[in-house]
Amino acid sequence: MFKARIEVTLKKKILDPQGKAIESSLRNLSFTKLGNVRTGKNIDISVDESDVQRAAGLVQSACTKLLANPVTEEYEFELFDEAGSSVAKFSSQQAGIPKTGGR
Amino acid sequence: MTGKVGVVVFPGSNCDMDAYQAFGSVLNQKVEFLWHKERNLDGVDVVVLPGGFSYGDYLRAGAIARFSPIMTEVVKFAENGGLVMGICNGFQVLVEAGLLPGALLRNAGLKFACKQVYLRTETVATPFTSALKKGEVLKVPIAHSEGNYYADDDTLKSLQDNDQIAFRYSTAGGEITQDSNPNGSILNIAGIVNVKRNVLGMMPHPERASERILGSASGVMVLKSVVESLN
Repeated sequence: MFKARIEVTLKKKILDPQGKAIESSLRNLSFTKLGNVRTGKNIDISVDESDVQRAAGLVQSACTKLLANPVTEEYEFELFDEAGSSVAKFSSQQAGIPKTGGR
Repeated sequence: MTGKVGVVVFPGSNCDMDAYQAFGSVLNQKVEFLWHKERNLDGVDVVVLPGGFSYGDYLRAGAIARFSPIMTEVVKFAENGGLVMGICNGFQVLVEAGLLPGALLRNAGLKFACKQVYLRTETVATPFTSALKKGEVLKVPIAHSEGNYYADDDTLKSLQDNDQIAFRYSTAGGEITQDSNPNGSILNIAGIVNVKRNVLGMMPHPERASERILGSASGVMVLKSVVESLN
């Protein structure tokens, strides 16, 4: 059993109006050193699978099929084991299969 | 001759009655509702995916509705040349389902846009615009927060090369200006068809502009085109 934390964000070249609105509000509050605000969404899922590679494969396939829209969004996710340690990381911008191992 | 129009009802659809009324009472067509769990499109000549907030717009507008059981049949229907028309949320479902290219993003102004807009007819070479004249301006309402049409450069080029842009937001006089663009859509795009021209998606609501008592009847010409192309 793993826990997956998925982050879905708009591709960099796509305007994020929500981020812009937050940015202008920050400016109004005199946070002059803060900028380039981008928003996204966070999805937590538990994966009933004992093999980390297979777990990562399942999450990746859920991301491409449903959780992210490949036209406008990119995603990354991290898998955690039952002790809460990070065991795999994946980003849609890097090609190939999810990296596993780590600590 | 009358055709049979099937209006799909997803949980959260709210313009299904408008489409039913416009095709049924205004244009005297047979209309039936198709619950999203159905898998039978037998006898249906046109499928309408209506406006609304299917599945509460959760995740992304249209993202969950596209996996409704009926959508498998709608995709097959479209692949076999059947006419499919997605209005507002229906357009969002069609891009999520891959039946139309591009995506619909949050409106550039972040606001829910609810007002009358003007649309310029860009092509009449589709079953959805054949009763119109090229350049004809329609007055039709919009009501959405995710109608900001986006496509990458290659997709845009192929939309233009293949004459797939059906409607663009314009002034009452038919000029394409930044001010007449209510949501930031690229090239003021309000509606497109697929390459085979049997699938239309548009953010504005022609069915809500189908009788003069509604403030405008110019949208009915879109539905009329569909009906005429069935004959």
